[in-house]
Amino acid sequence: MKKKQGQAEIIKKVLRYVRPYGVFLLISVVCAAISSLLALVMPILTGLAVDMIITKGQVDFDGILGVIKQMALCIAAISIAQWGTNACSNRLTYDTVRDIRRDAMEKLQKLPLAYNDKHPAGETVSRMIADVDQFADGLLLGFNQFFNGVITIVGTLVLMLMLNPLLTIAVVVITPLSFFVAGFIAKNTFKLFKRQSAVRGEQTALIEEMCSNVKTVQAFSYENEAISRFAEGNEVLKDVSLRATFFSSMTNPCTRFVNNIAYALVTFFGAILVVGGKLTVGGLSAFLSYANQYTKPFNEISGVITELQNAIACAGRVFELIEEEAEVPDAEDAAVLSGAKGIVDIENVNFSYTEDKELIKELNLHVDSGSRIAIVGPTGCGKTTLINLLMRFYDVNEGSIKVDGLDIRNISRKSLRSAYGMVLQETWLKPGTVRDNIRMGRPDATDEEVIAAAKASHAHSFIKQLKDGYDTVLGEGGGLLSQGQKQLLCIARIMLGMPPMLILDEATSSIDTRTELKIQDAFAKMMKGRTSFIVAHRLSTIKEADRILVMKDGNIIEQGTHTQLLAERGFYHKLYHSQWE
Amino acid sequence: MKNLWKYFKNYRAECILGPLFKLLEASFELMIPLVIKNIIDVGIATSDTGYIIRYALLMVALGVIGLGCSLTAQFFSAKAAVGFSAKVKQEIFSHIQTLSYSEIDALGTGTLITRLTSDINTLQGGVNMSLRLFLRSPFVVMGAVVMAFTIDAKAALCIALTVLALSLVVYIMMRLTIPLQAGVQSRLDVVLTKTRSNIGGARVIRAFGNEEREKEEFNLANTALNKLQIFSGRISAAMNPLTFALVNAGLAWLIWEGAMAVDTGRLTQGAVVALVNYMSQILVELIKLANLIVQLTRALACGGRVSALLDIESSMKEGTTETACPEDGSHVELVNAGLKFTEGGEYSVKGVNLDAAPGSIIGIIGGTGSGKTSLINMIPRFYDASEGEIKVDGVNVKDYSFASLRGRIAVVPQNPVLFSGSIRDNIRWGKKDADDDEIIKALKTAQAYDFVSEKEGGLSYVLTQGGKNVSGGQRQRLAIARALVRKPGILILDDSTSALDYATDAALRNAIKNLDHIPTTFIVSQRTASIMHADQIIVLDDGAVAGMGTHEELLKNCEIYREIYDSQYKDGTE
Repeated sequence: MKKKQGQAEIIKKVLRYVRPYGVFLLISVVCAAISSLLALVMPILTGLAVDMIITKGQVDFDGILGVIKQMALCIAAISIAQWGTNACSNRLTYDTVRDIRRDAMEKLQKLPLAYNDKHPAGETVSRMIADVDQFADGLLLGFNQFFNGVITIVGTLVLMLMLNPLLTIAVVVITPLSFFVAGFIAKNTFKLFKRQSAVRGEQTALIEEMCSNVKTVQAFSYENEAISRFAEGNEVLKDVSLRATFFSSMTNPCTRFVNNIAYALVTFFGAILVVGGKLTVGGLSAFLSYANQYTKPFNEISGVITELQNAIACAGRVFELIEEEAEVPDAEDAAVLSGAKGIVDIENVNFSYTEDKELIKELNLHVDSGSRIAIVGPTGCGKTTLINLLMRFYDVNEGSIKVDGLDIRNISRKSLRSAYGMVLQETWLKPGTVRDNIRMGRPDATDEEVIAAAKASHAHSFIKQLKDGYDTVLGEGGGLLSQGQKQLLCIARIMLGMPPMLILDEATSSIDTRTELKIQDAFAKMMKGRTSFIVAHRLSTIKEADRILVMKDGNIIEQGTHTQLLAERGFYHKLYHSQWE
Repeated sequence: MKNLWKYFKNYRAECILGPLFKLLEASFELMIPLVIKNIIDVGIATSDTGYIIRYALLMVALGVIGLGCSLTAQFFSAKAAVGFSAKVKQEIFSHIQTLSYSEIDALGTGTLITRLTSDINTLQGGVNMSLRLFLRSPFVVMGAVVMAFTIDAKAALCIALTVLALSLVVYIMMRLTIPLQAGVQSRLDVVLTKTRSNIGGARVIRAFGNEEREKEEFNLANTALNKLQIFSGRISAAMNPLTFALVNAGLAWLIWEGAMAVDTGRLTQGAVVALVNYMSQILVELIKLANLIVQLTRALACGGRVSALLDIESSMKEGTTETACPEDGSHVELVNAGLKFTEGGEYSVKGVNLDAAPGSIIGIIGGTGSGKTSLINMIPRFYDASEGEIKVDGVNVKDYSFASLRGRIAVVPQNPVLFSGSIRDNIRWGKKDADDDEIIKALKTAQAYDFVSEKEGGLSYVLTQGGKNVSGGQRQRLAIARALVRKPGILILDDSTSALDYATDAALRNAIKNLDHIPTTFIVSQRTASIMHADQIIVLDDGAVAGMGTHEELLKNCEIYREIYDSQYKDGTE
């Protein structure tokens, strides 16, 4: 487990993402500087104008007109600069966020499958969606207010120094106090925000689980339990959220309080100075107005700081995902497998998902090019694991797997995997059109080829009946298609690609036997000359195999042809006959 | 959106007290200038140091009271906002559970999840912000306008008109940005759906080496979101400068008007200064308000989406009949039952007539997409029959309460879903109060006890989300145990043994036959072996009933059944 990231570390990473958009940052800061500084000029101009309005008959209209013209210029400049700041910081934020999401997706494609198998999907989704969103909110607020604040502080400081250095020192000494207060609160709220984020993640996981499977929930009348489980977590989140929200919102009143004290002190010392003749009343009132302007941004900045903290906590969770250890990358000199002959050697392979439980022990197997290998065995005997290893979804713990004499760890994953055509019992269709789904096997296939593949897999006739035919959009999980129809689509996918090796894991389990018989021909044609691994319960599929492996508890306990194995009267014989009892 | 208001009900006090304390704080803040005026007019004028000290201390005191007020205000608004969103969240979660399969199919789960998470979070932030600031700013603005009128009506008109123009700008901006924000949220839905499918489909995507394409497609959705965010951001970005420009233009106008008024002797210089001060007070508040509006429009857009979800009524009305589940299996009748998923679409199954005696076994067989699952989905009323009717134990399924109907039915779907939690917890989905003996018995019948007892912790073995840490066949058997533990009146096995090897499948069928309570059992299967012993077999072809009867009868007079049978037995396997 990695150590928890500190705030500074996360900020550094955020900055790395911001860097490419430095131009926008620069424009944003420059615009903020222009608008804030000019905004300080406005009261001066107003004051000048007011001074020209003395009393009845003593009004300098020409002078006022001049001042108003200057004001108009100022207003125009400030407005444009403000818009610039806002637009640039928007751009900066949303582009940064887009990049972060892009990288997170990039990582998602490279994570070892073990990560997917171990982490609830909802948690990962929450990191990529909700957390990134919150991060954007915080960042945006930060940019919009932070620079304005800083520049206003600097500007007023200069003006105050010009008015009275002594009083300025008093102000300058006291106001940082508000930062201490804000810092103290912030440190504590950061923890609360992190906790809120974590609790929220748990809640998202529950939402994800219960809402994506709401059909099952209803089938078992589990609605009330689901609701009360949600309510439990929701209460916890409510408490945490209340504390996080309240503590973070304490910052503003507290810093304002410190500022009010500073203001009182300035008034007091200023008044004493006036009494002593060291300052005029006008000077005091001008100073007070600047002191007020000087302290206000401190409030805003500390308010922004709490937002930023939340943002950083969220960013931290996204970065955790982005920095998750990827699969061992392909070796630089990894061979690219093309036109594989399909000689597969499994040598002394040991494998287990968890250290404490061995699954596959000392597995050895030699498969000739173009031969058809059937794997049978009771559920949980390691068939699916073997496929995980062949496809290199998991790496073997010991021993090696070779294709055409090359250790698969020295072959690029992409070329290894695309050498296999895989149809699994659990069909997965991507949200998109039927055509897109079939094209997964070969993105550049023409429409004719897609239709030919669909015809070969006998999917064409039901596709034709769909609302928009091949352009019908399938929802998440394939929408209204039946399990068998989904399997037909998956078969069409590999029929289109025609890869040199095949893995069929219960590929036709949900397809009715009549249709299956019809597909058999196509399958037979496809398997010809292609090394195939077939996991099936239907013995008709298995009988034709060149070799049948009978697996049990991670070992091959029998192997041979159908007739040989039946003659042995062993486990296979028992398995085979159970069908007709 | 109105339907969200009621969730403030329990927080009525907080919703009033929060802004109230905020107003109090604002009022105390407004008193500070008066105190300073006194210090200048009295303290300094008379060089009374004691007076100055007393009034400086008064300022400190006002600060302390202000702190108290604003902390109270923050607390109440945080409490109201958090409480409100927790309530809404709970309500939506519950609401989703009541949606029928048809609505869930139409909506897709991606959007349900964004609405429950990111939308509500934004809404919560918006409510909190509004309670803290939204009432205060208009209060100060209005107050300042009123004060200005007491000084001089004609000059105050400048201020009033400026405020009016501003309100118009705010209104137009909100009209423009709310739909844009809603658009942003729905593009976020797309990004979410992509993310989810990439997690769920990781194996297949990698098997086809499609990582790059998936990334491209994700980036497309991501960029589309980004583009709209930036576009809508650009418009919202105009809010602040527009406010600033308007108020200052108003200020310039005010100075001009004031100058003329002073020139004719209607106003004094002091009065102009006061008017200018009110104008700048308005400016400060309005800028705060403008900042808030951006956040508020987002919150409103999200609130709209949340509220729209709550407005979706389940198309299925629950009945009220509650009867006990018969011990010896339920009586199921289908009268000319048919189902189509979309209005005007084709029937996926139609014209089914069936009278299943209590405790009988009904086999359903037919080609891929022939309507087998559609048929059985009508019995627990997952979908309402589009024509005809379905009766369970003599009562139309539409008249039952969901709990009473579904409580007597146990379904094992094709792709069973297990949930994160122990095996025990998962089995208890079938029967809440099942004890370990009952659970073990169900597991044994489902041929699952062997592998469960080998797992670390046995019944307490914890499954990950979706039950990914057990194999497909093991999942199916656990799902069967989950159904059996209920001792249902109707047991529906929807091709639920497809991942089992023949030996296990046969053992399972035997065990179910020998149960001591006898459910009416519907077995949907591709394998004739699984259904040939059924009391009645329905053969479906392309949504229509192609034959009905026992195995022997069908072999004799149903062409399609014979073909299916032959495809599995003919080539001389035995």
